[in-house]
Parts: sequence; C-alpha cells; structure tokens
Amino acid sequence: MPYNLKEIIAEKPVRFTAGHRMCAGCGCPPAMRMILRALHPEDHAVVSVATGCMEVSTFIYPYTSWTDSFIHTAFECSAATMSGVEAAYQSMKKQGKLPQDKNTKFLAFGGDGGTYDIGLQSLSGAMERGHDMVYVCYDNGAYMNTGIQRSSATPHFADTTTSPAGKVIPGKMQPRKDLTEILEAHHLPYVAQTIGVNNFKDLYEKAEKAIYTEGPTFLNVLAPCPRGWGYPTDMLMQINKLAIDTCYWPLYEIENGVYKITYKPAKKLPIEEFLKPQKRFKHLFQPGNEWMIEAFQKEVDDRWEKLLQLEKATSEPNAEAK
Amino acid sequence: MSIRERLSGNEAAATAMKQINPDVVAAFPITPSTEIPQYFSTFVSNGTVDTNFVAVESEHSAMSACIGAEAAGARAMTATSANGLSLMWEMIYIASSLRLPIVMSLVNRAVSGPLNIHCDHSDAMGVRDSGWIMLFSENNQEAYDNLLMAHRIAEHKDVLLPLMVCQDGFITSHSIENIELLEDDKVKEFVGTYKPEHYLLNSEEPIAVGPLDVQAYLFEHKRQQAEAMRNAKKVILEVSKEFEKLTGRSYSFFEEYRLEDAEIAIVCMNSTAGTTKFVVDALRNQGIKAGLLKVRVFRPFPAEEIASALSHLKAVAVLDKADSLNAAGGALYEDITSAMYIAQKQVPMINYVYGIGGRDTTSKEIESVYTDLQKIVSTGKLENPYRYLGVRSK
Repeated sequence: MPYNLKEIIAEKPVRFTAGHRMCAGCGCPPAMRMILRALHPEDHAVVSVATGCMEVSTFIYPYTSWTDSFIHTAFECSAATMSGVEAAYQSMKKQGKLPQDKNTKFLAFGGDGGTYDIGLQSLSGAMERGHDMVYVCYDNGAYMNTGIQRSSATPHFADTTTSPAGKVIPGKMQPRKDLTEILEAHHLPYVAQTIGVNNFKDLYEKAEKAIYTEGPTFLNVLAPCPRGWGYPTDMLMQINKLAIDTCYWPLYEIENGVYKITYKPAKKLPIEEFLKPQKRFKHLFQPGNEWMIEAFQKEVDDRWEKLLQLEKATSEPNAEAK
Repeated sequence: MSIRERLSGNEAAATAMKQINPDVVAAFPITPSTEIPQYFSTFVSNGTVDTNFVAVESEHSAMSACIGAEAAGARAMTATSANGLSLMWEMIYIASSLRLPIVMSLVNRAVSGPLNIHCDHSDAMGVRDSGWIMLFSENNQEAYDNLLMAHRIAEHKDVLLPLMVCQDGFITSHSIENIELLEDDKVKEFVGTYKPEHYLLNSEEPIAVGPLDVQAYLFEHKRQQAEAMRNAKKVILEVSKEFEKLTGRSYSFFEEYRLEDAEIAIVCMNSTAGTTKFVVDALRNQGIKAGLLKVRVFRPFPAEEIASALSHLKAVAVLDKADSLNAAGGALYEDITSAMYIAQKQVPMINYVYGIGGRDTTSKEIESVYTDLQKIVSTGKLENPYRYLGVRSK
C-alpha cells in the first residue's frame, strides 16, 4: 500500500496523546507520535525513555501521554533498561508465561545527551547484545532539558550555555559527532537517519522498517528545539526542510551495510539558509566571522560527499561484485 | 532428605540461583563475585535453567536491565561487589523506589580507593539507606539459605522491595565448606512463582513506570517505601519460620550466641561471627561470661529487638568492617547506640573498626576486645569509644 498521510492518521491510533508539556515548536512530539503510528495496531509496545525533555514533559505523576507500557529509569540507561524488558519478554515467552499469540515491540528513546554522550555505552552494549528493539535518538543538538548545554551532537560554533559565543571563544569549537556512523559500526541490520518533514513519509517508513526488522535497529531523528536553536515556534517545519535541503541532516538508511540516501535535494542550498534563522548561529554572521560559515559549509560538504561515496561503494552491483 | 555437599560461598549462591531459576539474570564480572555469573552462565549454556542471561557491559547496565526485567514482570537477579555496586548506585535507589523485588548477591569487598579487591563492608554500608532489604551471612550455608528466602520476603505484597544477600568476599565466597542443600523441587515449591499485580508485558493493562514525581507526590511515595521496610520485619520472621519447618535451620533478625547469661558481648556481621563464636567458647571455658550478637537483618534494622537483647549486658563492643570516616564511629555502632538510647538502655558501648581491605582478624584480636570490655566493666571507665582493631599505628 503506498504511503498516504491522511489514511495513516485516520486509521492508526494515536499512541502518544495530547496534553503533554513539550514546548510549542519542538520537533520531538510530532516525530515520536509518527514513529509510534508505525506500530501495527494489533501489537503492544513497551517504550523506554531516558531522562530528558521527552520524559519529564510526558509522564508527570499521575498523568501520562503514553498509551503503551512505558518505563523511565534514568538518564544514561534507556537502552540498558529496555534490554532487560526485552530479555524478560524472550524468557517469559519461551517459558509460556506470556500469551503466544500477542506480539510486543520494544522502543527505546533518548535525546542526544542520553544517547551521544552519557548513554552511549549503554546503547552500544544493548545493540551489540542483539536485543530485538529499536533505539530512537531524538537529536536536538544540546542538553535542552537542563537549559541548552553543549553535547557532542551540538554543531560546530553553536552558542550554548556551556559553549557561549564569547569575545575570545566563538561558541562550540568542535564539530559534532556522527552517531549514525557509530551505530553502523555495530553492523546492525538497520540504521537510519530521518526527520519529520513534508508528509512524514520518510520518518514513517523508516520507523516501520526499524520496528519490524528483527534484531537491534537504530533511528537518528533530528528534532529542532525552538528555545535552544532560537527560531520562532511556527517555523519548525521550515527548519526541518532546510536541514535536509542544505544536507546538514542527510536522510539515509543502511540495510545490512548497504547505504541508501533517501533524499537528494534537487538544489543543495548553501548552509547559511539553515544557519540564518537560528539565534545560536547569530555570531557567525558578524563581519570577520565569514571563516566560520566557510568551515561549516566545508564540514557539511565533506560529510555529504563521503555519504555519496558510501552509497556508491555499497550499492547492489558493487555488493554483487564482492 | 537434604543433600550434603561441599561448596564455596559463590558456588552456594550460584546453586541457590539455579534452584530459584529466575527469568532473567543480568550481571557484570567483578572480583570476588565474578564466579557467580560464571557458574550461572554454565547453567544457562547447558539448559539447566530457563533464565535469559544478559551479559551487560557494566554494572550500571546490570541494574538497569534488572529493573527493566523485573518491571516487565520477570524475576530478575544479579551479583556484584564493591565498585560494581558503586557504579550501580544510581539504579539501586531507582530499583527500590519502583518497588521492584530484585534479588542481588553482594559479595562484600572494599570500595576503592586505593584499589583493593579484598573483603570489608564498605560496599554494603554505602547503600544502607537506599531502601534495599539487607541480609548478612556468616557462612556459605547462610548465604544459600538467605537467597532461598529472599524472593519470598522481597515479593510479599506488603513489602515489594529489592533485597541483597551479603557474604564476605574471599573469606566465605572462595572457601569451600560443608553445606546442606535442599532438593530442587523443594526449593521450587518454597520459592513459588512470581505473580506481579501490574507489569509492563501485560498487554491487557499497559502501565507507566518511573514518572517525574514532583513536590506534590514524592514525599508520600517515599513514606510508602518506609512503610514497606517496616512491614518487611514481620515478613522476614514469617518466612524464616516457614524455612525452619522445611530445613530445621532457624533464622531471625539476629543470632544470639551464649548471650542470654553473658555480661560482655560483641556485635558483628558476616564471617567474623564464626571467629567470635570460637573465642566465646574459649572464654566460657575460663569462666568468662562472654557472648555474641550476630546481625543477620541489617535493613530493616531491628532496633528495638537488638536493644532488648543487649540490655542486660555490662559492656558491649560493636565491630564495624567499614569505617564511616565521620569522626564519630562506624555505621553499625551508630545504629546500635542510637537504638539503645531510644530504648533507654544504658550499657557502655565501644566501637572497633576492623578488617579493612581484607586485613585478617584473628581470634587473638577478638579476645583482646573481650579483655577491653572486661576492663571497662571493672573500672567503670569508657574512654575513646571509637577504636581500631588490627591496624598498625605507624
């Protein structure tokens, strides 16, 4: 069945309900809701979320936005917690302690703080052990929950509260970590980078693939933050679009080592288009700081070029030649 | 008929786990508890148990996975020591606050630093206020027995708290002793099946676990945890009684060894109690009225019961195998002195910090403690109550 947004919204139940306290203009809730819609309606799910915006705004005792089973333990161990849940499921199912005709799927979520940084070990361990789960990182590029401190996902030169653009040091001086590639180095059956954009087809299809591929899978979802990035809340979808049209956030998937870029902009926009609407990059546009934009553009170009090469190198004819 | 065996403390713990047959074990190796997951992995590999063994990449993940598994509706167990427990520390509190009856074997070892792999109780003392039930074991038999009773206590509907069974690293974990094991089917029947009321894997009733719990609620939730810990006292006694019927081995909050008519006594935990019993017997032969109170249940702390059991004594020495570094005294000493004060029992009490980092504690040294107690009784003077045993002064 070809993807149809209207039909999906009409037919698939909302498993992440309204009433949560995430900010207006945040990229996370629409993406999360869509990912959960990719679950088959007859399947039960257990969701685990790392401490962060998503957790503290969606499950404030005694209210919850999650209609599936949900567990939060701490910041760095969403993946490890879920590995215990999944291990319990496998064990109990094998022993006949759970109904045999009912499927449960396992989705672990974490922000970039809980995934790129403090939770990287726990994630790596869970993926290597091969638990049948999907880990979703919602990457908003800093520790937003504690008030916009830099993370290893924070882009080069961004102004954050622990990498402030000062008189001597102009923001975060290190380029961002490429987590998707780190996960690919775990040789997972499915790894993808996506975003909630246009009709959400890319996000939905990758989510469905990730959830229903057996074994550990990983989704990296860019989730803009109006407070941390400094854009007007009604601009979310434009920011998402600019992220992919400038190739700042390439959309691609890796199935058993084979790269496929799922969106190649007809006209790759200059990185300024993405940077300009965001206050965290304001200082890049001051006279004398042109070198920063040039460096940023080069980084984006290099990574995009590398990705094109990886796609070419792993594409089907080449794979057969091996 | 029970089975007579010869097992090390770690083998005893692993054997208990095998007979309990939990759904999930998540563990990470650390000396001196490493053998427990090692032995257990063999049971898993040979299909002796139904358990899913999760070979996690750290102790933090071990406890996280146990929390996930137990919340999912499974029986989850782990084993660790010292720094492993330190790394779990954050999750230790979360496990008890989520009211998950996880059971852990804690093979006591000194917490770094400097690095030391030998026995003291600094690991256990670091989590004494974390809301876990803590049982201490003098020998391999007790480590085994305590584990068999663990789930019955932890999973009781009035309790629902995690539980750790402590034993002394190397001293008992690596010493082979005679042990009486129960038959597998008897253990199975005694331990029973785990039937949680609410669990993540119940697709008929999805639940949410681990909320943001703000000012309006956290206090009440903590109060409920405290209540559960109080309730554990009654349940521990009930389960121990039932266990006695099955095995003939009697357990309570503590063991009183020749204490009833004693004039002076030592209070201690774990393997040192064995050495102390030997000394008590020797002193009794000399006509000295020495006794011992060995604490088995450290959390919940049986304050009233201990105060009552010690009230007739003329002097008491509390032995702490961990220093609290607080310029006042060890943890067990402080708990017992405050229990005595609240019960208005005025007995002179001294504290000895001993056996740190695996330092041997000899019967001679234990004897010297009784000699000190005799001196306190004869002179009526109690000076310098916070003392050390077996440490070089220079």
